[in-house]
Amino acid sequence: MKETALMMIGAALVNNVILARFLGLCSFMGVTTRIDTAAGMGMATTFVITVSAMADWAVQHYVLDAYGLGFLRTVTFILVIASAVQFTEMIIRKVSPTLFQMLGIYLPLITTNCAVLGVALLLVEGNMSLIGATLFAFASAAGYSLVMVIFAGLRERLVLAQVPRLFAGPPIAFIVAGLLAMAFMGFSGISTV
Amino acid sequence: MATDYQRIVKDGLWDNNGVLCMLLGMCPTMAMTTSATNGLGMGLATAVVMAASNLLVALFRDRITQEVRIPVYILIVAAMVTLVDLTMNAWMHELYKVLGLFIALIVSNCLPLARLEAFASKEPVLNSLLDGIFMGLGFTISLTVIGAVREIIGSGTLFADASLLLGPAFKFLEMRILPEDTGVLVMILPPGGFLVAGLLVVAKRILDVRAGKGIQMAGAHSV
Repeated sequence: MKETALMMIGAALVNNVILARFLGLCSFMGVTTRIDTAAGMGMATTFVITVSAMADWAVQHYVLDAYGLGFLRTVTFILVIASAVQFTEMIIRKVSPTLFQMLGIYLPLITTNCAVLGVALLLVEGNMSLIGATLFAFASAAGYSLVMVIFAGLRERLVLAQVPRLFAGPPIAFIVAGLLAMAFMGFSGISTV
Repeated sequence: MATDYQRIVKDGLWDNNGVLCMLLGMCPTMAMTTSATNGLGMGLATAVVMAASNLLVALFRDRITQEVRIPVYILIVAAMVTLVDLTMNAWMHELYKVLGLFIALIVSNCLPLARLEAFASKEPVLNSLLDGIFMGLGFTISLTVIGAVREIIGSGTLFADASLLLGPAFKFLEMRILPEDTGVLVMILPPGGFLVAGLLVVAKRILDVRAGKGIQMAGAHSV
């Protein structure tokens, strides 16, 4: 129990997907201009990461390992992820049409969010059990959503700030992200997993 | 016609540089630039994938229908990545171990897919191949420069371990700029990646403004 809790904290905060592992940076820069969009994106991505991690785990164990097809991993995983994204899109359209409108083009693009493929590949390398893998994926995704929302909050304030013309837009966002990453380094040492 | 090629080369290397202007492919840009050698290796692997997939899509673009093009593009990129992945594992194993996850993640790098959609699906075969090569090289240069800045400030060396990772022929690149134990560790750690990338975008803007061009307000438009 204690190991599981530490593993989840490690995945969410210490080895944060965005700030420590550098996965999913495009969406981190792309959809964090408003808190509500960032939160919606975080939730959708969390769902996709968790579902596709479970599916990828099953594919890895029952198909790729069973038939010695390890070299097809990248190709199969990206197909599984694309299907998971399609599935999520259908659910969101039914459950919350407003959120569907808000996320728009960014929803199908979760497929090329490297956090999804990255977490799936990390699981395979970590040799985890199905439950461990699901919890790891969920915790990583929760850390992703947390950072997305925090960064969106920072950027909402940044719009009101006087920024030198040369730094306007992406550069100042990068520097803010750097400071946020420094803050998150404070978590290191809690868990080494 | 020659000017056409010149434009492609210039676009790829500087005017439309994948990292510094379009802000695409940020994940490997941040993660794999802890040293100039890593950046160079990562950039070259991506460049190979981009050139090959641009070529393939340009060859088959008349057969790929509008509705299924995105899955087809992703599969083509994934197949190329698998080839690069296996090749590097076999012949450049040291580098493969360092780059690890991020070789497979070239699939979900936005830059190759963006060039397929924006360029290779519309332009002739030779132009697309050139675009793939030079966009890839532009990416490589950005990664190497970011890596070099982080490595010099962070650990005082430049191209450390190049002979180990890229082969003995690259031994001449290795050098030590600052004396031992003078590095600023934070540059090697994750925050340094963001800081250096931000400052380099500013540096490119300054150069563009000096050259009499306006600031490109690109970026933040893709996932």
